[in-house]
Amino acid sequence: MSLPKPVMRGLLAKRLRFHLPIAFTLSLIVAAAFKFTVTEPRKQAYADFYKQYDAMKEFNAMREAGIFESVRPSGE
Amino acid sequence: MLATRALHLIGKRALSTSVCLRGGHGVAKVEDYTLPAYFDRRENPLPDIKYVQDLSAEQKSLKEKEKGSWAALSNEEKIALYRISFKESFAEMNQGTGEWKSVVAGMLFFIGFTGLVVAWQRKYVYGDVPHTFDPEYKQKELQRMLDMRINPIEGFTAKWDYENNTWKK
Repeated sequence: MSLPKPVMRGLLAKRLRFHLPIAFTLSLIVAAAFKFTVTEPRKQAYADFYKQYDAMKEFNAMREAGIFESVRPSGE
Repeated sequence: MLATRALHLIGKRALSTSVCLRGGHGVAKVEDYTLPAYFDRRENPLPDIKYVQDLSAEQKSLKEKEKGSWAALSNEEKIALYRISFKESFAEMNQGTGEWKSVVAGMLFFIGFTGLVVAWQRKYVYGDVPHTFDPEYKQKELQRMLDMRINPIEGFTAKWDYENNTWKK
């Protein structure tokens, strides 16, 4: 029974050499995917909302609904 | 060498006299758990003692044969010698027991029983919920959230159509 001597050194280095590139690429892919599926659409949604936003109109609508305490609806 | 031999004689005599002085009660009984024991353990591969302590005549002759050349032993004899020294092989001692099935079954059973207990509690122990859970009150809450324009960009009121007073399609 003469088995070959097993590898005794450099085990962590070997594992890192295999796993680190994979880890880095996967992280970058996930970050890029999040950017393009979440943050960019969100920025666009905010930009579109405020392009056509009339603050006074919204304020008057809210005032008529009666939710403010400082200004009551125009009828009262 | 001579000195240790002399001391050995003295010690023997001393032991016997001390036992006589104490009326024969001096020597402690050796308990089983104080002796080396046999364990089948993966992390302790060579136990302190052999498994079979009292060899039969056949096993004794086999042990004598073991003192010669091992190439002369047949495979069955080698296995017999192994079984004298060890109770279970590594494969036998490491095999799974299937105990996890009982554990999972017990877990699920008690979780189910807890569900029944919680249901009974909900019916017979707890009182009524506050009036703020009534459907009319909930409707007023919803209307107030729409009036306040909660999350108008991506969230709640972004999905409400204010022109037609209905949810957006």
